[in-house]
Amino acid sequence: MHPQPSEEEIRPVVQAHLHLEGPLLPILHDLQARFGFIPEAATRVMAEALNLSVAEVIGVISFYHDFRKAPAGRHVLKLCRAEACQSVGSDALAASLLGKLGVDWHGTTPDGRITVEPVYCLGLCACGPALMLDGVGHGRVDAPGAIAILEEAGV
Amino acid sequence: MKIYVSRDSAAKAVGAERVVAALRAELAAQGVEAEIIRTGSRGMVWLEPLVEVDRGLGRMAYGPVAPGDVAGVLEGSAESLGLTEEIPFFARQTRLTFARCGVTDPLCLRDYEAHGGLAGLRRALAMSGDEIVAEVTASGLRGRGGAGFPTGIKWNTVRQAEAEQKYIVCNADEGDSGTFADRMIMEGDPFTLIEGMVIAGLGVGAGRGYVYLRSEYPDAIAVMNEAVALARAAGVLGADVLGSGRSFDMEIRSGAGAYVCGEETSLLNSLEGKRGVVRAKPPLPALEGFLGRPTVVNNVISLATVPVIFEKGAAFYAAFGLGRSKGTIPVQIAGNVARGGLFETAFGMPLGALVDEVAGGTASGRPVKAVQIGGPLGAYFGRDKFETPFGYEDFDGQGGLIGHAGLVVFDESADMLKMARFAMEFCAVESCGKCTPCRIGAVRGVETIDRIAGGDAAAVTVLSDLCEVMKDGSLCALGGFTPYPVLSALRGFPEDFAGVREAAE
Ligand SMILES: Cc1cc2nc3c(=O)[nH]c(=O)nc-3n(C[C@H](O)[C@H](O)[C@H](O)COP(=O)(O)O)c2cc1C
Ligand code: SF4
Ligand code: FES
Repeated sequence: MHPQPSEEEIRPVVQAHLHLEGPLLPILHDLQARFGFIPEAATRVMAEALNLSVAEVIGVISFYHDFRKAPAGRHVLKLCRAEACQSVGSDALAASLLGKLGVDWHGTTPDGRITVEPVYCLGLCACGPALMLDGVGHGRVDAPGAIAILEEAGV
Repeated sequence: MKIYVSRDSAAKAVGAERVVAALRAELAAQGVEAEIIRTGSRGMVWLEPLVEVDRGLGRMAYGPVAPGDVAGVLEGSAESLGLTEEIPFFARQTRLTFARCGVTDPLCLRDYEAHGGLAGLRRALAMSGDEIVAEVTASGLRGRGGAGFPTGIKWNTVRQAEAEQKYIVCNADEGDSGTFADRMIMEGDPFTLIEGMVIAGLGVGAGRGYVYLRSEYPDAIAVMNEAVALARAAGVLGADVLGSGRSFDMEIRSGAGAYVCGEETSLLNSLEGKRGVVRAKPPLPALEGFLGRPTVVNNVISLATVPVIFEKGAAFYAAFGLGRSKGTIPVQIAGNVARGGLFETAFGMPLGALVDEVAGGTASGRPVKAVQIGGPLGAYFGRDKFETPFGYEDFDGQGGLIGHAGLVVFDESADMLKMARFAMEFCAVESCGKCTPCRIGAVRGVETIDRIAGGDAAAVTVLSDLCEVMKDGSLCALGGFTPYPVLSALRGFPEDFAGVREAAE
């Protein structure tokens, strides 16, 4: 099991957003930015603070592709799978990268180095195939280019 | 000497930061004084990283520039593309919404005003709410998010609704493949969106606004947050908009990776902190929207076009276009094209002219096989439909839609059965789960297409029937329009569907 932050660590993060209209998504983004995932203990804290049931909070978390229940690898690679990137060969690029890293979609390498996720469009459709590594976008990527990007980021 | 390099994420994705670093190093080494200005994008993505150098005679363009080219660019020995504004792709456009994008520093309000910014808002501040709404109605502006609903009519409904608090919600979820106009304007001219939202607020009597911006766009989120802070500090936002005594303020909210949250009611649920499940209509969001209050939900481009309508007048804007498709549309040219990017033009240009002339055909040099227009819910058109003028009714008449005006071009290597399968798969992944034809139908759709691929001719009828059920029985366009790409692929390119081929033999 990965270490879970305590309720004491979680509470101030939740409280910082309670003044907003519709605070739940901003809270979830903030929790994930700080802890790398949505800690289990946070569901209770959020439910209490927002007067919701724990089940409702879990329902919201599970609806969105962005939120994780466990930490990702040290790096997160998002490969665009949408149509414009497909038209310039993103399927072959993805197959080659997944093969090289030895993971499937949503998988993390056994050493925890990197998690690979699909993404449906990064808005880089005029310079595909596109990917995003740790929040930084790259376009016109081929397999050797992708390896170079990973190496440069120390993956 | 002034040097301009885009800070748009497409430019950065292909190396603009390295080029800027090389430029700085070279300038320092030569001891030359020059200002490097980071602009938005000129929209010519195939030329990125694009460097423009102004030696006093206008901006000379160079691109794509590699770090090793910068010495040549600076001394003028590198081959130039000429004046940026004379590059045919650029010269052929009518840039109204994107007039400043690529020209100015996106986060400089002074630059913004010097190029016509805030003139529209100043004019709107002297008008009544009814006059503001009437101006938008007269411009003929229709929603650029996909449905093409007249913006003035929507605003009027919100204006007439009685409530203590009303909202302007900007839909910046831009999930369609092949589209990036929202991203480009937010990164390249964020104040125009802010100004448009303030005018909307004045028009309908809303004091608060939100931009729901997809999390896949971290750069746009950062720029918008900075722009909102700058606008607030300058009194464009806040309790006393430009000293008028009127108030409007806004916030940027980040999405969380769900395509369906681009659907307006799903978006509102998400903004409220709920699951992004689609709501049944009625009630219209215009009457019961965010937190149950009257809400304008408009696409980024719809709102970002409002300032130029007020700056130049509704009649000026409405004079462009074709039939009931008035004004200009930022066409996003993507996929396998020689010249990809953003091309703003009056409605009416034929699809074929956009693909063959503007985009220059495919990047691979092989013949164009199909173009998907309007994102993952849009139809695939073959060359036989290249005469179709770019307009809402015209595309509808051909069994397609313009959606958010993205074109994704495929060369002859595309396998249309695979594209049809992908459309179903995407619908299954992104379905909000509320209705059965979409939630289950999309999964069955993938299986049925696999059966066709395996040579089962009977599965073709099943697929057609399934598409009918999805069209008729889905609450929103995710389930309801997924049949567009599927059936257009099946009917337009039967040779790619093994089962169909065998049935015909
Ligand atoms: C599945 C689905 C996804 C949508 N995605 C978007 C989107 O990303 N951006 C957008 O502006 N509209 C999107 N729409 C359309 C919106 O529901 C709505 O019509 C639009 O935001 C209204 O603004 P407009 O009138 O300015 O176009 C989507 C609709 C559906 C059914
Ligand atoms: S069609 Fe699909 S996405 Fe739309 S409401 Fe129904 S289940 Fe949800
Ligand atoms: S389709 Fe890949 S970035 Fe848009």
